[in-house]
Formats: sequence, C-alpha cells, structure tokens
Amino acid sequence: MEKVNDLSKEEQMNEIKKGFMEWEQHTLEPFMEKKPERKEEFYSLSGIPIKRLYTPLDVKDFDYNQDLGFPGEFPYTRGVYPTMYRGRVWTHRQIAGFGTAKDTNERFRFLSEQGQTGLSVDFDHPTLIGLASDDALSIGEVGMVGVAIDSLEDMEELFEGIDIGQVSTSMTINFPAPILFAMYLAMAKKRGVDWRKLAGTLQFDLLKEFIAQKTYVFPPEAALQLSQDVIQFASENVPRWNPINVCGYHIRDAGGNAIQEIAFALSAATTYVETALEAGLKVDDFAPRLSFFFISQIDFFEELAKFRAARRIWAKLMREKYSAKKPESLRLRFHCQTAGSSLTAKQPMNNIIRTTLEALAAVLGGAQSLHTNGMDEALAVPSEEAMQLALRTQQIIAEESGVVNTIDPLGGSYFIETLTNQIEEKVWGYLEEINRRGGYVQCVQQGYFEQEIAKSAYTLEREKTSGERTVVGVNKYKIENEILTINLMKVDPEVEKRQIERLNRLKEKRDNKKVELLLARIRQAAESKAPLMPHLIEAVEAYTTEGEIIGVLKEVFGEYQDPGVF
Amino acid sequence: MGNETIKVLIAKAGLDGHDRGAKVIARTLMDAGMEVIYGGLRQSPEQIVETALQEDVDVIGISLLSGAHMKVFPRILELMKEKGIEDKILTGGGTILPEEIEELKQLGVDDLFGPDTSLDDITTKIQQLVYSNRKNVKA
Repeated sequence: MEKVNDLSKEEQMNEIKKGFMEWEQHTLEPFMEKKPERKEEFYSLSGIPIKRLYTPLDVKDFDYNQDLGFPGEFPYTRGVYPTMYRGRVWTHRQIAGFGTAKDTNERFRFLSEQGQTGLSVDFDHPTLIGLASDDALSIGEVGMVGVAIDSLEDMEELFEGIDIGQVSTSMTINFPAPILFAMYLAMAKKRGVDWRKLAGTLQFDLLKEFIAQKTYVFPPEAALQLSQDVIQFASENVPRWNPINVCGYHIRDAGGNAIQEIAFALSAATTYVETALEAGLKVDDFAPRLSFFFISQIDFFEELAKFRAARRIWAKLMREKYSAKKPESLRLRFHCQTAGSSLTAKQPMNNIIRTTLEALAAVLGGAQSLHTNGMDEALAVPSEEAMQLALRTQQIIAEESGVVNTIDPLGGSYFIETLTNQIEEKVWGYLEEINRRGGYVQCVQQGYFEQEIAKSAYTLEREKTSGERTVVGVNKYKIENEILTINLMKVDPEVEKRQIERLNRLKEKRDNKKVELLLARIRQAAESKAPLMPHLIEAVEAYTTEGEIIGVLKEVFGEYQDPGVF
Repeated sequence: MGNETIKVLIAKAGLDGHDRGAKVIARTLMDAGMEVIYGGLRQSPEQIVETALQEDVDVIGISLLSGAHMKVFPRILELMKEKGIEDKILTGGGTILPEEIEELKQLGVDDLFGPDTSLDDITTKIQQLVYSNRKNVKA
C-alpha cells in the first residue's frame, strides 16, 4: 500500500479534495437537511465572506518559507523578533490624561505602581489643535478628555518624579507634536538626561488627521514639511525615539474596516518615506524608527490575521519598493489599542469581556505594546478602578494564560492563513487604487478616504439598527430601565480656571521680550523652510507657549479646512 | 404643514474631530427624506446659530464628544433666544450622561441622544418633535 507521504503535493491535494467532496455529500448534506445553518452566509466584521470550513485546499499554493518564514526574518509574518514574548512580553501602556498636569501625573504614578511598563499621554482638545487654554474656542474643553499642556512648566509637572531616562513615553499628539517633543527634550536637558537615552513615540501621523480623528491644523504640504523636519532631527539626535507612529486606529474608529485601516495607514507611511527620501535622507537611516498603531476590534480572527498581513505587506514594500537593506527597516512594530468604538454605554461591565477578546487578538497578532480600554469609556474618561482592571486584563493574558509561551500560535491554521492572504490581497488592491488616484494627498483632496470610511460606518450602523449585527446589551439582551452601577470619574470643572490662572502667572514671570524674539525666529525658519526643531527647543525653554507657536506657524502655513465629505 | 420636508442642520460643536456619528446621522436623516445641511467640524455656538438662522432649518442637531456639552448647549440656547429662533428644535448626541441629558432638557434642549441610540429611534424622535412643534407654532 502506498504511503501518504510518498504522494506528490498535487496528489495529496486531490486526495483531500476527494475526501472533502465525500464529506459534503455523505455527512454534511444529510445533516443540513435536518438542521440547516443559522444563516445563508457568514461574513467577517469587514465583510470578508467566511466559509464553513478551511482545509489545505484553501492554502494549496502556500509556500512556508516565502509566505511565513521565521520570526525576526523576512517577511515577518510570524513576528518581528526571534523570541517574541518568550523574551519579553509586550509593553503594557495605558494612555492617561485629564485635568491639569498634576492630575495626570498622579494617574501615571498609580499606573506605574500597578505594574504598567510604559507611559502614554492623552492631551485635551485645545492642546491637540494648538490652542492656548485661555483661547475663546477652548471654553469648556480644558482638561476635559485629556491633559492641558500649555508650556514647558506643565510638561515638567506632568513628569515630576518620573525617570524619563528609564521609562518610554508615547504622546498622542499630531500637528503640535514638534512643540511637545521640544518640551520633552528641553525637560531632559534641564534634568541632565542624555537625549540619546530617551525612548518614546510621537503619534505625529499628520496625514491621517485629514481623514480621521481630525485634529488637523495646517494644510497637507506643511504637514509633510514638518514630518520630514522631525524625522531628520530625531534620527540624528534622539536615536531611540519613534518620530512617527503611523495610525490605522483612528481610521477604524471613524468607521472604516480592517482593510481600509491597514491600506490607508500603509499608504500614509509610504508617503512619509517618500518625503524623507526626496529630502535626501537614506531609507535605512530613518525607516527603523517608523512605528505603527493599530486597533484590535471585536472580530477576533480577522484582527489577528490583519496584524500578520500588515507585517508581511510592510516588509515587502520596504524591501521591494524602497530598497531598504537593514532588517530593522523591514519590520513593522506596532502599538495596539482595543476598540473604543466597540464599547457600549449600556451594561458597561460587558466591555471588560470585549476588551479581553480584543487584547487577546492583539497578543496573538504579535503586538509590541498594548493599551486596553476601560469599561467605562463609552461614558466618561476612565476611572482609576476601570484602568486598573484594564491593566489586569493584560497581566492575566501575559502571566496566567500561557498564550505567550510560543510564537504566532495560530500560524499554519488553514483559516488564519487564508484570511491573512485575503486581507493582504485586498490591501494591495487599495494601495493600487490610491496610487492610481495620484497618491495619498490627492486622495485626501478628492475626499476618497472619507467617502470610503463613511460608507463602511453607515453600513455597520444600519446593521446594528436592523439587528442584523448583534451588540449585546444594546440591540439584544437589553435590560429595560437599566441603572448604571459603576462609578464614573468626573473631571473637576475648576480645571479650566486653574489652568488659565497658571498660564497668566507664567506670562508674568517669563522674559516676554525674549519670547517675542524667539517667535520671530520660528516664523523666519518656517518661511524659509529651514529646520524648525532647534528653534522650537529654544522657544519652549524660554516658556513660549504651544498656542503662541502654533499661532505663528498658522500665519505662515495657513489653516486646513475640512471639506465635510460623507 | 406636517408633510413639508424637514430641514436639519447637523454640526459638530466643540473641538473634537470625531465626525463618524454626525455623518452617519446626516446620511440617515437624508435617507428618511429630510433635507440636511452638514455644518462640519469645530463650529462655535455663534456659527451654528447663524447657520440655523440663514438656512431656516427646523432642527439643529449637535454632535460632540469633547466633554464640552454642558457649556456648549446652554450657550446655543442663549444665542437662539437672542436671535429669536428659540422655536426651532435643538437636539444632539455624544458621550452625554443620562443625568446631564435631564439637566440640559430642563434648560430647554428638546432632546438628546446618548451612546448606543438606534438610528431609527433618532429619526422617529426628530419627526415627532418637528410635527408637534409645527402644530404648536400653527396654533
């Protein structure tokens, strides 16, 4: 009798195909006649059709070395490091920010005591769009959903008692990022911490702000000029810093699907790469410090396949399109956050379960860093209790569940590999379409991204309203006259007053003539397209405020207007 | 009069850029046969009331997730009175807590929708508010 392993691959496939057809005919069909399936068709959250069963037939062209390879090697499908979580688990990085710098500093210390391993700052809306706390438009916004930072004085208070030479810090800031980065560097200088030791990340993915999250300030051309400026400065002076954290997260939370998330983010990333190359930088000098930020949504398998696909596409793009040579330039490292938009205000404790599933998908997908959302985030800025529980979720996955003991445990699953291939193929399709339309900036101007995102968002919302898509506790398993049983955090309404008073005191005690002079230098540098970072550092050292600097830059660069496309 | 097209202004007050909800609602109301003016992001109360006046809308719908709602809605109400358009419906949605919704309704906001509200419920409620408002105005 012939042994199975002597069969050629084609013969093996034929055998499996035969077995599959027999199964369909003799086992499946009679069963389904009596017990039909729940639905005619099954789809992933992003609309990918999901088959009943996946077999070797779905991955018959699969080439292990080419498609998966080994962790820490091209194409990085299985992970970016050779040992992954066996060496070190991902960074537990909970974002925090509310009230004044002092309030947020207390939350940082609490989280660090609870075992958090990295810091992440969330800024309030005036800070995010470069307005001073005393600007007329800032009324009601100061310190509400993030921390208010006007000057170096606030930055110093934010990191009081925290060793910035040891901890890595992520800052969720976009257009004003060069200024906040300058403040961080000025603080390090004052404390005598070598810039070469500083580790951290700026979000500073300006392009996506035109299509999601929308904390835009200047038009796209100025955005690219600033990006190039900071990339160059960081690569020369702060080598452990990630100057740009290319985001898919917000594209998804704005309503886009998993494919759009990866495609639009990678398209933005290639635009930054091309801008830096055009400015004369060498790809291997900056590409190793580009990092990414993705969401982990509720569709478990789709998400973990998405992370694997993203790594493979990025590695191919960097090697084949941009001729990067260093392995570090090819590996896609990413921070992940569970999905804010999957959380419900109804029965908020259910969000703990959602977040756990999403966190697990991030871990099985090989994330380098993770934020788990608080159960109360559909209602308010998370309470200390909610954040502690969210951190515990990560700690239980990391230290109890055992999922960290082997690398890419779902690699090789017929289903996961098929889904990874399908996502990759669809992402390439989008990337081609973006190129066909003239590139990222053109697509922003055409409203293309926003239309695509709005379409997905609307479809999803209609599915929820019709009940076609279940949201537990919202459109199914509802509790009538539900009473909120968790304690919510309320930001002190006096924050605004206190912050404005602080800002006024600062303006009285600093050298205002010097501030004027330094602002003039910034204007001059911006007008002549000279490097801005050294001027920004000098200005913030003299306690020039973020609002003042952005104000000057707006006069040079102009302001972006959202076209309101949907 | 109840058969005339309902005209709605959807605008984002406050500084946050989360326009997913505003756009989904705009599209939903259009699909329900209403005429929608999309006012866009970072609209000040002054701009919103001015647009409502110029466009003579029946409904002002505000979306905000920045936490500034307890300051923004009272200010819009104040300006509506100043401009003599307090008869228009003022509604909105975002991360607004039930007790805050009650407080703002006491002040004169017609209705507010918290997270998780179904699209159909919002459409129906807006229709009801406009039709009963038109009856009152007529009487």
